[in-house]
Amino acid sequence: MKKQNQNLVFLAVLLVVILGASIAVDAALPSYHIAIKVIKKATVYALVAVSMNLLNGFTGLFSLGQAGFMLLGAFSYGVLTIPVDKRAGVYQYFDGGAIKFSLPEVFAGFLGDSLGSVVGMLAALLVGGLLAALMAWLIGLPVLRLKSDYLAIATLGFAEILRAFFQWNALGPITNGSNLLKSYPDFAHATSYIILAGALVALILLLINSTYGRAFKAIRDDEVAAEAMGINLAKHKRMAFIISSFFAGVGGGMLAMYNGTIAAASFKSTMTYEILLIVVIGGIGSISGSIIASFLYIFSSEWLLRGLDSGVFLGIEAPGVFKNGFRMAVFSVIIMVIVLFFRKGLMGDKELPDLLRLRSRRKEAPSK
Amino acid sequence: MSETILKVENVTMQFGGVVAVDNLNLEINKGEIVALIGPNGAGKTTAFNVVTGVYQPTNGAVWFQGEKIIENHPQGKMKSQYKGQHAGEYAHVLAPTPDKVTRLGMARTFQNIRLWKSQTVFDNVLIAKHCRTTSNVFSATFRLNRKEEAAQRANVQELLETVGLADVKDELATSLPYGKQRRLEIARALAAEPQLLLLDEPAAGMNPQETEELTAFIGDIRDRFHLTVFLIEHHMNLVMNISERIYVLDFGKTIAHGTPAEIQSNKRVIDAYLGVTEDA
Repeated sequence: MKKQNQNLVFLAVLLVVILGASIAVDAALPSYHIAIKVIKKATVYALVAVSMNLLNGFTGLFSLGQAGFMLLGAFSYGVLTIPVDKRAGVYQYFDGGAIKFSLPEVFAGFLGDSLGSVVGMLAALLVGGLLAALMAWLIGLPVLRLKSDYLAIATLGFAEILRAFFQWNALGPITNGSNLLKSYPDFAHATSYIILAGALVALILLLINSTYGRAFKAIRDDEVAAEAMGINLAKHKRMAFIISSFFAGVGGGMLAMYNGTIAAASFKSTMTYEILLIVVIGGIGSISGSIIASFLYIFSSEWLLRGLDSGVFLGIEAPGVFKNGFRMAVFSVIIMVIVLFFRKGLMGDKELPDLLRLRSRRKEAPSK
Repeated sequence: MSETILKVENVTMQFGGVVAVDNLNLEINKGEIVALIGPNGAGKTTAFNVVTGVYQPTNGAVWFQGEKIIENHPQGKMKSQYKGQHAGEYAHVLAPTPDKVTRLGMARTFQNIRLWKSQTVFDNVLIAKHCRTTSNVFSATFRLNRKEEAAQRANVQELLETVGLADVKDELATSLPYGKQRRLEIARALAAEPQLLLLDEPAAGMNPQETEELTAFIGDIRDRFHLTVFLIEHHMNLVMNISERIYVLDFGKTIAHGTPAEIQSNKRVIDAYLGVTEDA
């Protein structure tokens, strides 16, 4: 009981601090500022990383299909939210596309302009998530019979197939083929991203600490024992897969929002690896680890190390060395160092409150 | 009074050309403690795995609480390879997964301890309660099942106090000493609310004192939880002290069954398994 209260207080304080900071940043900086961009992208990646962690870290299913589910979410969001009068321009090769409505406008019709468009955007994200979940259910039927590496390969292949499928010209009236989807609405403030992704991460957290989350962890720790103790493996694995894909789908929609354009070509397996990297750096089985790692990763790759590609880094001007591609080389070295010295990731399988408790226990220890 | 809870009927388990369990027939009555003994490789654990749904028997059926829960007959390539008896007597296939068998009211422990390593003692037992949860994933996520969750937690606390693990409930399961890990595995099985408890070598690796404690413990939980206990064991002290009846397997075949006294004086059992002490 006491432990729970402590966690709640900690979470409440953290929430207030984060929200306060993000509102302040939103107010102080213009929306095109790099800080806002970094926060938005990191928030989206945090959500997707946590969803991947739910599957890989908590249920022990090594799946690499995240980019595929994100692609579904991203396209659903784009297709459903492009304003009707801009569709002719976006779908210029496909006679304005097959879909002649836009969810934000539909909702604006009876909820008013500002509220209606927000509800419409959220609804489009939800549709993306549900579509990803439906797809997860479908491919989960055959694929979840596989274990470890084989599951990874099958899901990776699925994501690649889906990407090729979305670039297919015959689907052009809906997906715009290999052309870009654009002109759809976005949330201007980083705070909106934080609230939305935060709420979804909180849901995952609640799930993990529920009886179903405990069953997932039992499957990860020892499948044979889990099954012997009455946990239906097929059902629970499918459940974890579908739920994880749902959040990946919503995350994909948010990534589309952030990017401003959607192209199927950008949802490559590299994207899955990026997210896997965040999960591994943060600690497999740690939600707060995934969140911290995604902010560190996005912050350093998008902002801190940017200078390595453009000639000036930390005041050193060396255009001969600091040119295109050097950033990724340095980045790889940093990642190797992290993996070498933090074998279990930054957080291991601990959460932030656990670390605080450890420290206070250590302080108490000598006095005993 | 002597109502049959488990009936294994003509069960044969054949792996390729090897007959691991050959025409096993046994009956366990409600409230009994029955032991299955025999030399290494006799097929004891295989028999357990058949009963709990881990393996599908090649031929035969298993009845639990008056209901046929498992049945199979040789199929495909096995039809021509089948070396056992009673071929052609079974026509249906009933193959529940282990989790379903557990939910029917049978829980087991493992020969090599299989606790969930990253979980605390309390959570290990609490997770076993999951199979009795009635709330779905949404009501569990949104905490609409508070009552059930609280009842489960209270129940687990009570169970841990009963088995004497309440003082270590927040420790990692793997940090416990060996004897307590065994005890925890039994507590976990009890949390699944079984009528029949299957123990696969519960005293393996225990010293004489721990074995003695375990013997008392098994009798105690049988009375307290109104259980039937079916166990595999090599510690003859334990087996002879607590079992009401004993089945002896050798090379997959049942070579004897009876009370401990009958088994101890059975010539075939002595030759195959028990042996004679030098000075006797």
